[in-house]
Amino acid sequence: MLADRVAQFRDQTNRYIDGKLSETEFLPLRLQNGLYVQRLAPMLRIAVPYGMLSSIQLRKLAYIANHYDKGYAHFTTRQNIQYNWPALVDVPDLLADLAEVEMHAIQTSGNCIRNTTTDQFAGAAPDELEDSRAYCEIIRQWSSFHPEFAYLPRKFKIAVCGTADDQAATQVHDIGIYIVKGDNDEIGFRILVGGGLGRTPVIGKEIFDFVEKKHLLTALEAILRVYNREGRRDNKYKARIKILVRETGVDEFKKKVIQEWALIKDSSLTLTDEEIDRCQKFFDAPNYQKLGNSPAQLTDKLHSNVLFAAWHSQNVKPHKVPGYSIVTVCFKQTGVAPGDVTDRQLEQIADLSDHYSFGEIRISHKQNIVMADVRQDQLFELWKALESEAMASHNLGLLTDVICCPGGDFCALANAKSIPIAESIQRKFDDHEELTTIGEMNLNISGCMNACGHHHVGNIGILGVDKKGEEYYQVSLGGSSKNNASLGKIIGPSFAQEEIPDVVETIVGVYKEERNDDEKFIDTYNRIGIDPFKEKVYAKAD
Amino acid sequence: MPKLINKSAVIDNPWTVMKVSTGPEILQVVSGKNFIVPLQFWKLYQEELNEYDGNIAVWLDSNENPEQITGELDSLPLIALNFPVFSDGRSYTNARELRQKYAFKGEIRAIGDVLRDQLYYMAQCGFETFEIRHDQEPELCLDAFKDFETGYQSTITEPTPLFRRR
Repeated sequence: MLADRVAQFRDQTNRYIDGKLSETEFLPLRLQNGLYVQRLAPMLRIAVPYGMLSSIQLRKLAYIANHYDKGYAHFTTRQNIQYNWPALVDVPDLLADLAEVEMHAIQTSGNCIRNTTTDQFAGAAPDELEDSRAYCEIIRQWSSFHPEFAYLPRKFKIAVCGTADDQAATQVHDIGIYIVKGDNDEIGFRILVGGGLGRTPVIGKEIFDFVEKKHLLTALEAILRVYNREGRRDNKYKARIKILVRETGVDEFKKKVIQEWALIKDSSLTLTDEEIDRCQKFFDAPNYQKLGNSPAQLTDKLHSNVLFAAWHSQNVKPHKVPGYSIVTVCFKQTGVAPGDVTDRQLEQIADLSDHYSFGEIRISHKQNIVMADVRQDQLFELWKALESEAMASHNLGLLTDVICCPGGDFCALANAKSIPIAESIQRKFDDHEELTTIGEMNLNISGCMNACGHHHVGNIGILGVDKKGEEYYQVSLGGSSKNNASLGKIIGPSFAQEEIPDVVETIVGVYKEERNDDEKFIDTYNRIGIDPFKEKVYAKAD
Repeated sequence: MPKLINKSAVIDNPWTVMKVSTGPEILQVVSGKNFIVPLQFWKLYQEELNEYDGNIAVWLDSNENPEQITGELDSLPLIALNFPVFSDGRSYTNARELRQKYAFKGEIRAIGDVLRDQLYYMAQCGFETFEIRHDQEPELCLDAFKDFETGYQSTITEPTPLFRRR
């Protein structure tokens, strides 16, 4: 199928270049192959199903960064990879190169079902009910080239979460799926619809509290069918499913879905145990050694090396298998655009994953890289290697681990730059001790209201706005994409670019004064509300 | 006359699409012709249509739900579904529902902004004939049905999804 697609797109591109295919007609075709035309050059988005990559694929991505781009790639908030500089004529060749390692750009853009995302710790997290990746794969196959749903009213994003701690921003997806335990301990799905960010941020609403595994695809197909027919097509800003659900009402929408579902519920699309098994086998556990937790090789170094200990406490998380840990390589170094990675780093990561993590990595929706299966007795060696390549940032989950879109520096849609904002905040907060005192805090930046930087769900959210041709920034507080997802509230009038670091500092100051013990920012905010922050921020501005 | 294809060849087109709903007088002027009439016309002038001496079919626009004609499906030899613009995907769902939900047995035809690059998907959803836009080259269009060897889904042409065929 992949070879068919590469040939098809080569033919389409040739017809476009020959003038046989108009700009409007080529547009959705190139978009469904991940190709945008951007401010400076085309942008190609590569699909990374469930964010997972092998070292072989990483090396190919490094080659592409070097050969077709300016030597770097960009991790997106949807666990994909983007290149900002390929030439249109090269794209068919680039896609053929990708196909060699079973990769593609299919449905990474356009009004179709996009890459299904999940928790970057899937399969390794101790708090997981079941590995979500098998279901992501089932959904990926069903949604790839779905003939009925290639021209939806608008793009459509699905996330699946199998862990207690939701790291997949599940509730702000068009469909959010939680793996849950029902009666008799049967595993199934709780399904939410109509979540999303963008211009109209909404938390998804529950449509089914429990769907049996075998009915997953028929339930999804029924939801999509109602959406495809009834979603608004008169206004692209009202075309997402969240608007349909809001205008129809969730109960009425659910009734319509149930009607459609009844027709197909036990059809051939019903999943078989064999198929679920087959997809689970793609994610069989690697060959773990029998090891114990906290080996001396680890504990000794934790005592003797402060920097290593700092990295360990931020970037290393517990694993479900004794003796192993989950490592996140944080790509949020000051001065580097969040999510940007060089070809050399990609190759280094590939080598390190071969040495330390079964040759496999994942991209997180926070634009970092995860090595999910690292032996605890090898953590120090891995850290040393990362440090020598300047990849040992230990600010994971802290204020400077910013989610940020490419912004006005690259994106044609943006109102304002976002990367320099991230950098100015990172420069302001350059003291690690101070950052750890502040603790868990996420700051998200979007360059326009399309919200690629997820600003609505940042504890602190920053949105670039256009005020009479000038770039300004609106600040919101209290957003979260976790289990108790919430949307941030705008603090007040927007700020000039140079004011932002001070504004953030003031907000952090209020939090530090007001918090009880080790209360997280989001909890303090929920307890005291926005007013104390507002008073201080604007008092200072006057 | 727009060119008509099925999945393997350019074919004769015995049908004329009545693009806008006019008064029933038109039926007297064009006696004997096979007409695909708009839904509104078909609903308003049932009596006149019953007396008409040519064949009659109906076309639905993308925002018209096939639900509206379910009582009469057996009397219709053909239903055409319109693509007002190729990027409006509602007629894919309408075609599927005509087959799957309402068990329509007659011909389903794509009309309107029907272009080469969507033909494969249309065929999967139950369309059998395609009135291609005037600037589309029929030979290139026929290649479209070979764009993919197979698909993952349960479709009208292949109801068994790939996972049950492995």
